[in-house]
Amino acid sequence: MIVGTLAAIFLLALLAPTLHRAMGRATGYVLAIAPLVGFVYYLTQMTGVGAGGATIVQWAWADSLGVRFSFRVDALSTLFALLVTGVGTGIVLYANSYLDGHPKRGRFFGYLMGFMGAMLGLVLADDLILLFIFWELTSITSYLLIGFDHEREKARKSALQALVITGLGGLAMLAGMVLLGQIAGTYSVSEIVANPSTLAASPLTLGAMILILAGAFTKSAQFPFHFWLPNAMEAPSPVSAYLHSSTMVKAGVYLVARMNPAFADDPAWQWTLAGFGGATMLLGSYLATRQTYYKKVLAYTTVGSLGVMVMLIGLGAPQAAAAYILAHALFKGALFLVAGIVDHEAGEKDTERMGGLFGTMPVTAIIALVSGLSMAGVPPLLGFVGKELLLKGSLHAHGGPQEALWLWAAIATISGAFMGVAGLQAGFRPFFMARTVEGEFPKHPHEAPPPMLIGPIVLTALTIVGGLVPALFAVPLINGTAASIAGTHEPELAKLSAIYLATHPNMALLLSGVALTVGVALFLARGPWRRITAPLDRFASLAGCERLYNVLFNGVVGPNSLATFQTRLLQNGYLRVYVQVTVLTTILLAGGLLFWQGGVVESFRGAIPAKANVAWTELLFEALLVGMICVAAVAATQMRGRLSTIAVLGVVGYSSAVIFVLFGAPDVAMTQFAVETLTVIIFVFVVYHLPRFAVYSSKPAKFADAAIGIAFGLLMASFVVSSFATTADDGISWFYNQAALPDVPGQHAAYGRNLVNVILVDFRALDTLGEIAVLGLAAVGVYTLLRLRQDSPAQGGLA
Amino acid sequence: MNSIILRTATRFMLPLLIIFSIIVLLRGHNQPGGGFVGGLLATSAFMLYAMAFGVPAVYRILRLPLTTYIAVGLGMALVSGLPGLIEGSPFLYGQWVGFTVTGFGELKIGTPLLFDIGVYLTVLSVCLLILLTLAEDS
Amino acid sequence: MELLLAVAVGALYATGIYMILRRSFVKLIIGLALISHGANLLIFAAGGLVRGNPALIPEGEQQLAPGYSDPLPPALILTAIVISFAILAFTIVLVNRTYKEVGTDDLNQMRTTDR
Repeated sequence: MIVGTLAAIFLLALLAPTLHRAMGRATGYVLAIAPLVGFVYYLTQMTGVGAGGATIVQWAWADSLGVRFSFRVDALSTLFALLVTGVGTGIVLYANSYLDGHPKRGRFFGYLMGFMGAMLGLVLADDLILLFIFWELTSITSYLLIGFDHEREKARKSALQALVITGLGGLAMLAGMVLLGQIAGTYSVSEIVANPSTLAASPLTLGAMILILAGAFTKSAQFPFHFWLPNAMEAPSPVSAYLHSSTMVKAGVYLVARMNPAFADDPAWQWTLAGFGGATMLLGSYLATRQTYYKKVLAYTTVGSLGVMVMLIGLGAPQAAAAYILAHALFKGALFLVAGIVDHEAGEKDTERMGGLFGTMPVTAIIALVSGLSMAGVPPLLGFVGKELLLKGSLHAHGGPQEALWLWAAIATISGAFMGVAGLQAGFRPFFMARTVEGEFPKHPHEAPPPMLIGPIVLTALTIVGGLVPALFAVPLINGTAASIAGTHEPELAKLSAIYLATHPNMALLLSGVALTVGVALFLARGPWRRITAPLDRFASLAGCERLYNVLFNGVVGPNSLATFQTRLLQNGYLRVYVQVTVLTTILLAGGLLFWQGGVVESFRGAIPAKANVAWTELLFEALLVGMICVAAVAATQMRGRLSTIAVLGVVGYSSAVIFVLFGAPDVAMTQFAVETLTVIIFVFVVYHLPRFAVYSSKPAKFADAAIGIAFGLLMASFVVSSFATTADDGISWFYNQAALPDVPGQHAAYGRNLVNVILVDFRALDTLGEIAVLGLAAVGVYTLLRLRQDSPAQGGLA
Repeated sequence: MNSIILRTATRFMLPLLIIFSIIVLLRGHNQPGGGFVGGLLATSAFMLYAMAFGVPAVYRILRLPLTTYIAVGLGMALVSGLPGLIEGSPFLYGQWVGFTVTGFGELKIGTPLLFDIGVYLTVLSVCLLILLTLAEDS
Repeated sequence: MELLLAVAVGALYATGIYMILRRSFVKLIIGLALISHGANLLIFAAGGLVRGNPALIPEGEQQLAPGYSDPLPPALILTAIVISFAILAFTIVLVNRTYKEVGTDDLNQMRTTDR
């Protein structure tokens, strides 16, 4: 079932464009079935994994490398799998209407389903290498989705930026994972996290940890890599909702949570997560208050929220992290969809230019309000539970900065206030406040069609139910996930009921109240606030690496960059220069090595006694053959006529065929004879179409080339000679000889007496298969070169 | 090259040469020969025919486009690898079936034979395609 | 003989490289052909030379007695010969077509595609 749904989603990704051509508008409903089935399946698993159970399915894959094709479903995986499939179902339905009439909707579904499969695989994979493959797949599909409107330069640029950042991080992560696999002796995630002591003993663990975090931080847009996420808002709204709030950007958080049991006791891990997470949280939520564009507000709060999750894991507050992950996915997914609806139905992207939309789109307005309040942390919504646990977590942390906990509690409160501003900006401002701009909306605003509302309604309902009746789904998911994140440690579990939390005063509740009050005040004074903080923007942009990224990017591939420079230098277009450089380098390196080891002189001595017991007539004959080859080769360089040159080449070919006969290779000789004949036929056909030999080079150039040629010839001759010294052992042919025929009847063998042919069609048949495929390619090349021309002289026959 | 002698001789030579090339192909597992040589020999046979009767005549004998033959040859070589996979051995691992023919002795047929026939067909059709296309062009 | 063969290999490579370094496209084909002959002989010689005695198991025997010639280099060369034939044909056609389109066979004048 686990692999079945995964395979079905990937299959649908491949079929989506075809399906769309066949069924048009109904495609979305068909595609939504696969994630829906998956969602229901993971719902049934919820109670089991919530109690600590886990299912593993695995197959051998690259056994010699210790890489297995394995999946594991525990509470953490289930939480993410539910998000991927559940939100995914809603997104597919939503996108079906959102892109109604879009010419490339089929392709869009292909990318979207591809992403869905990759993301689902990522959260289920129990093998580091498998996880990495899915990880990269999400990066690639994300690139395709961000750049979906590829006709806009900004979309292309943002897509590339996201790909480069996450791709570089992914590479670092791969190195870290291989390192980790080497330390632990296994690539199985569950085995690695079960034995933290193995890791703690190795000095390489810190390196592996930093590399893996590089991957996680780039993917989850942590400071200082956060800038790609707001830029990725170029993507269509369903993509932003799905990839850039609910799922993909949480891949980094997932990875950190997944690996947490392995590193949890390491102060470096705790401090790094708490530090970068905290910085990201503060910066992201602050920048969100500076924005007025709907999706940008949401994007920056997402950055902040991702910071919260990472920070909570570092602080050793797994239950808070799990609660926040769930709450955030619900309210932020809904809000992104609302942003899409408003853009789609009213044509407006700037929240400050909206207003009074409650009248025209009441359902959307209520969804936005509830989700916005959840983001602001208003009871009794699930977002309030998340924020309560966040504050509790930073007040009573187990890991990291014990001495300065107040600092984390303080920034959590401040960013809570900022989140409040953003929540009201997104959930209240456009719908329930008066419009302050003159003129009509670009489009006539109206309520969205039902398929676009299903997803947001379900998400919002869960936000309410999760806070009020946590036992229904929030408790098993959050507490089970907390146990997965904590690993061997038993996490402290708080009650998750919003009503309970709101009616039992403590420090966290007080801070929560402060945050909410300040948030509302700031929202009311947002005009002056934005004016006051405007000068800080310069510093904020410095905090991100975007400028550094641009400098590096342009330095590598822009005009007058490293790439242009080295292209001009190395790829100057003169074929002979390439050949000269290659040949000279080979002579220098290989020849140098040959003489350095002093093997040549020795080999010459070794080769001379080989003349024993050979009749001099035989030797004379062979010397004659070789002499013919040499004379013919030299003649080929000097001939003026094309036909005579071809004749001379034939001499070389036939002479070497005779050599093959003499030294026990009749098959090769036959082949060589046949090929020589066919070659002559070819030349006969084309010789008078070929240009006449022309002399372009000057005398000195010819001498220089001759010198290079002779030097290379000497090198190759020395290779031959030195190889005689090393052909003592029988090599692999011993085995071929043994395995060609059965020693006893019925034994497995190749059943052939001609060892050369047996090698070709049996022992090394895969090589031969590749070689005849090359033949096929050459034929296709010739065929297309000759047939694909405008002025085709279509006449047959040469008789 | 419009000689009557060439034409008459070729008419007899073509089937003989083709049969010869097939013999070379089939005996190749135990004596010098095999798919590569056999394919090249068959190519020369067809080229002889092309010289005598013109390129279209060769196409008429072949009936199907040469690209089809290439595909069939490569396909046979590829398919011959599957029995090994099914049996649980590596791809292209040789599988043999032996049976006794009365009056002849034991005969063995195996996937390497199928592979070699694939090689023969590919080499033949590739070389022929190249040569015939060139011949048509000039 | 081994030394003689080394001389042949050297000569084929030397002349082949020289021809490849010419500016004429046609000569490049000749160079390619020479080098492929040289490479075949190189592999053959490097595998060790045994006069006569091909790697054919006689009727009635189950394996070869020691002293047979190594079957691996011939197997490698055999396919290489056929492939270099196909490549040669492809290059000839390419040169031919280029010559017709560009009107020159001087490689120095074919430095860019935008002409």
